Amino acid sequence: MTERVTATTSPYTIGRPPFRPGEEADFGGKFKEQPGDLNRPDPLSCTAQDTVAHAVGLVRVLNDEGEALGEWDPHLDAETMIQGLEYMMRLRIFDDRMIKMQRTGKLSFYMQSLGEEAIAIAQTMALETQDWIFPSYRQPGAQFVRGRDMVSMICHCIGNTEDNVKGRQMPVHYTWKEGRFISISSPVGTQFSQAVGVAMASAYKGDDEVCISWLGDGTSAQGDYHYALNFASTFKPPVILNVVNNQWAISTHANLATGGRTFAERGLAYDIPSIRVDGNDFLALYSVTKWARDRGAAGLGATHIEVYTYRAGGHSSSDDPSAYRPNDEFKCWPGGDPIERLKSYLIKSGMWDEKRDAALAQKIDDEVMTSYKAACEFGDLASGPYPPASTIFTEVYETVPWHVQEQREELGK
Amino acid sequence: MMAEMNMIKALNSALEVQLEKDPNIVIFGEDVGFFGGVFRVTDGLQKKFGEHRVFDSPLAEGGIAAIAMGMGLNGLRPVAEIQFADYIFPAYDQIVNEIAKVRHRSGGEFTAPLTFRTPAGGGIKGGHHHSQSPEAQFTHTPGLKVVYCSNPYNAKGLLTAAIECNDPVIFFEPKRCYRGPFYGDPHNVPTWANHPDGEVPEGHYIVPLEEARIVREGEACTVIAWGTMVHVAEQAIKDSGIDCELIDLQTLVPWDRDTIVNSIKKTGRCVIVHEAPKTSGFGAEMSASIQERCFYHLEAPITRVTGWDTPFPHTTEWDYLPSPARIAEAIKKTQEE
Repeated sequence: MTERVTATTSPYTIGRPPFRPGEEADFGGKFKEQPGDLNRPDPLSCTAQDTVAHAVGLVRVLNDEGEALGEWDPHLDAETMIQGLEYMMRLRIFDDRMIKMQRTGKLSFYMQSLGEEAIAIAQTMALETQDWIFPSYRQPGAQFVRGRDMVSMICHCIGNTEDNVKGRQMPVHYTWKEGRFISISSPVGTQFSQAVGVAMASAYKGDDEVCISWLGDGTSAQGDYHYALNFASTFKPPVILNVVNNQWAISTHANLATGGRTFAERGLAYDIPSIRVDGNDFLALYSVTKWARDRGAAGLGATHIEVYTYRAGGHSSSDDPSAYRPNDEFKCWPGGDPIERLKSYLIKSGMWDEKRDAALAQKIDDEVMTSYKAACEFGDLASGPYPPASTIFTEVYETVPWHVQEQREELGK
Repeated sequence: MMAEMNMIKALNSALEVQLEKDPNIVIFGEDVGFFGGVFRVTDGLQKKFGEHRVFDSPLAEGGIAAIAMGMGLNGLRPVAEIQFADYIFPAYDQIVNEIAKVRHRSGGEFTAPLTFRTPAGGGIKGGHHHSQSPEAQFTHTPGLKVVYCSNPYNAKGLLTAAIECNDPVIFFEPKRCYRGPFYGDPHNVPTWANHPDGEVPEGHYIVPLEEARIVREGEACTVIAWGTMVHVAEQAIKDSGIDCELIDLQTLVPWDRDTIVNSIKKTGRCVIVHEAPKTSGFGAEMSASIQERCFYHLEAPITRVTGWDTPFPHTTEWDYLPSPARIAEAIKKTQEE
């Protein structure tokens, strides 16, 4: 974990980030925690007490030499891992293109997942297709796993006539019911406690479903985080609650979100098994999430996961991280790059090679550009067409009430 | 089959009929399960329908609202109780930013049909935090329907309609009237026995949302009220000796403008009564809308009789709430123009 740094000259403690612009970022080299340090408890008999070491330590599978080791190795077949690599590459290339679109005025706004690609992708791959995804804005990658068409995603980001949410929400606030991907909302953390309700409904109906949700280190200061943990602790529905500790909430460092040591440890106080996992380790994420799903599906309730990672990009396209952190801070992040790590492992194991990798990257990039062009057929940001203005007034209620109808007529569109 | 019920029994009956009718209904909130609610509205329901359908929640209104939304998203139809309307504010973000908007923001792909029941209003010596009537905090949020019952009959019928509605509904219950109508005199408190609106069908029925109720027809002035103030206004009309038309609004969003406008076109005068503070109260919205429609029919200014723009007091609550005397005075004044 990063050292907690506090000011000593003020009357109360001010949590500070470890490094500011102009300083040399140094997280102390590689992680001390190694694959194999932590056992994999039996998911069906594990108690919160059995995870004390897991909440303080760090579950890893991929070591720094590109090997998969320890009890948490999920032993996935090559096809699954290559699929995972492809999804992560797809998300990164998609994000890269969309950020460029935003920079050239072709999107109003964008939020990328740079450095965090493994999280939603490995975790969604570890779930069943009927499981509910209740994301924040940093988990759009789950949609690739569930097979969403990129054209549809880009149409949403543009807000054109084919945007399934009809231009009502900012870009990246995806909704996709077909993929059981619940509508993303800007107020941070609200989805976390709602996810517990979704899981309670699944349990009530007797459906074999779990619900997974995520929020950030900064957001874990919100009441919704604690509501979620407490209701999950009390009612024990099948829910997987992830704190993505990516160090930064816009410019607010994780040291201001907690005065404690790890975020995972908080779950222990709610008597929920809690695990801290290397968020840049595809295999560890997959394994821990599958373990959590097994628990949920068996009626054993929630699992609390701290996903330990680093937000390599800005919070959003409106953010300039160079104003508050060293530009190259991410380069010395001990967890490295999630895509490179899985790729290295696959190459080292003889399942993948640079040539295939380059060809795949090119193929994805072509697909993204083709998809962007196809999306623009339904309207681009500069010239539209956009959804008709009448969509302002629809779906506010199941049917349009008189006072809303009158206002629609007043607008005259 | 009709039965004599007070408002608590009528609400309980509405919930019981719904629990029997629809397996997707679940009821939860603080103290609502084993104990049956601090006002007894959910009394006996856990015993009859089981602790998975009627249960106590942790003391966290923000959590209650979020759990209800999640359940609604996943096919259930939760009816959650917020123990006092004064305590709904920790849930305000979930209600305003999440529940009210999810249908719209998801392009209609996700909805959260749910009902929040909450006792509201003054008259029980509840001080600042057991007396408020925060309906206007919700009428200002598109996506919500806002309902305020006033007697056993419309309590059951409106709650049934609210639960069956596919939009989220904030359902206010005037706690002062749980056990009897209140005519503004704390020393003379009748029960619902022998009151015509205390006769309630035992089975399923609805009082449609969006329809106001003409309590009393009259020609000289239209008096509009909701909740406890319906009964206080009724007394004021009696005291004034003026032939007023009294309208119980029942649903605030969307409100029944046609009934109101038609009445004022007939009477040319209007008094709006509510417990909540005057500034930005729902009476302001109605007043503005009424003058847009009835300007040339008005014989006198539209008058509001409301709670004061102050925190709700404890020992002096009878000087805070609109009294029959204040309302009667306002009615008389409309006749002088």
